[in-house]
Amino acid sequence: MAVITAMNVCKSYGHLQVLKDINLEIQKGEVVCIIGPSGSGKTTFLRCINQLEKINGGSLWVNGNLTGYRIVGERLLELDEHEIARQRRATGMVFQRFNLFSHLTAQQNVSLGPVEVLGQSPKLAASQALELLDRVGLAHKAGAYPAELSGGQQQRVAIARALAMKPDVLLFDEPTSALDPELVGEVLKVMKEVAESGITMVVATHELNFARDVSHRVVFMADGRIVEVGKPDDILRNPQEPRLQKFLSAIATAPRPESADVAVSALGQAL
Amino acid sequence: MSAETLSGPRLGVSEVTLPGIDVATATRIRRFKPWRLLQLALAVGFLVFIVNAFAKAQIEWPVVGQYLFAPSVFIGLGFTVLMTVVSMVIGLIVAVMVAVGFGSHNFVVRWIAKSYVWLFRGTPLLLQLLLWFNMALVFPAIGLPGIGYKPTVELMTPFIGAAIGLGLNAGAYMSEIIRAGLLSVDTGQYEAAKAIGMTRGKALRKVIFPQAMRVIIPPIGNEFIGMTKSTSLASVIGFSEMLFVVQSIYFNNFRVIELLIVAAVWYLVVTTLLSIGQHYLEQRFGRGFGTGRH
Ligand SMILES: Nc1ncnc2c1ncn2[C@@H]1O[C@H](COP(=O)(O)OP(=O)(O)OP(=O)(O)O)[C@@H](O)[C@H]1O
Ligand SMILES: [Mg+2]
Repeated sequence: MAVITAMNVCKSYGHLQVLKDINLEIQKGEVVCIIGPSGSGKTTFLRCINQLEKINGGSLWVNGNLTGYRIVGERLLELDEHEIARQRRATGMVFQRFNLFSHLTAQQNVSLGPVEVLGQSPKLAASQALELLDRVGLAHKAGAYPAELSGGQQQRVAIARALAMKPDVLLFDEPTSALDPELVGEVLKVMKEVAESGITMVVATHELNFARDVSHRVVFMADGRIVEVGKPDDILRNPQEPRLQKFLSAIATAPRPESADVAVSALGQAL
Repeated sequence: MSAETLSGPRLGVSEVTLPGIDVATATRIRRFKPWRLLQLALAVGFLVFIVNAFAKAQIEWPVVGQYLFAPSVFIGLGFTVLMTVVSMVIGLIVAVMVAVGFGSHNFVVRWIAKSYVWLFRGTPLLLQLLLWFNMALVFPAIGLPGIGYKPTVELMTPFIGAAIGLGLNAGAYMSEIIRAGLLSVDTGQYEAAKAIGMTRGKALRKVIFPQAMRVIIPPIGNEFIGMTKSTSLASVIGFSEMLFVVQSIYFNNFRVIELLIVAAVWYLVVTTLLSIGQHYLEQRFGRGFGTGRH
């Protein structure tokens, strides 16, 4: 069964329609990358899946459950805050700006959800948090506060925090775009390892190399619509839609991240 | 200082050679700060003036010493401290409810919160104390259906009147402090808390409030100190706190200044202790945020 099903999902802010008839099915274990120009609605779509935003039309299903409502006969009953919080446990979110809890250490960031939401014992949660931090290569930073960590380290803690809730699907909203170029690699590496563990992932990203190497399917969005969906090779090497062709060629001619990396390492050698 | 020069590593910039200096060992020239000296002179002069004035003044210092530890003064002090704590607890509870109510999705709740602040911030504290104490004129009896009624005069003792009056007034001010604290926390924190499945209440308790504390504590400490002194207003409704006590003493023996000094000393002791407590609380909630020095 599909983990996520979007049926004609519409979302608008006032008069601005941001998502227009989104139809998408994401299967268990699938890694899906969403690409598209700025303002195309990638973030909004992820936030709708996680119910940080409410959709205005269509329906969104996670694990076969309608999000935001209970079906009563032929009618819908809006879920209350507690029920929505419960539904959210199925989805984990990694934010562009990390959003680590700044008053807690890395380890406490990871264990807070299991203790407060899942009701795990603090001791068990703490030891599992340490294991997860180890998995993202940060066991030695367990006692550090977010302000004491680099951007890349913060994002890896954020991934561990999301994993700690054992969600059915992990949502990533441009997890590397707030990072310095030399820190992008460490986060992508962790994400790749997480993807290989078989968890369902939806990743809004500008990292086309990651999309090509890791994802099973790539979704191209523009202007609030899904324009083209397909295997990474088809989408990235053999685009059909003119909008996608334009998008890819614009990225190809822009200064590539690799060149930034080369510049950085050259600088490093020079110093 | 050594005159020897080090030729710096070639940076590919220019051929300049720079003197070999180590800031750790080099002898330093003291900077002459005439302003500092003037400040010091002024401060010392002022202190001498004050001490001199008090020495010459007609103050019977032995009387001050005698009443400083008088049992009746201690009782007044005890009531001052007790009233400060009680009314601050009432005020903080109300303030938190009002501040959270401001962010509610329910417009009735928001409206109640706003009206409360409007009413209690918009009228003088002294007037509010008198109103509470004279409640009996408006509501002769207070009670709940099924539980029974009591005459308001019996219920509204000076203590109860002062606690309600001071507490609700402070609550209106402190709700704004707490609201500012909640607003100071990035919305991303709230979203991250929701994303791991927390409800609004849990997110507030576990994520938002602990971070807002850093911003809330300094002005609340201020309010606490202010309240210590505001309790003296309750003397007008016959609450026997410290000022009330020393006044009733000097009405008999006419040692006005001496007894006011006694009260001042004790107020300073209490507020100093509160400042120290505030310092420790700030350290406790400042974790993860650096020192706050600029
Ligand atoms: N809270 C909001 N209120 C009004 N408009 C919004 C809001 N959030 C997003 N939008 C608008 O919705 C559109 C889609 O935004 P969204 O953030 O989903 O795009 P995106 O594809 O994630 O872009 P980017 O690649 O720049 O992150 C934009 O036009 C944006 O201005
Ligand atoms: Mg975005």
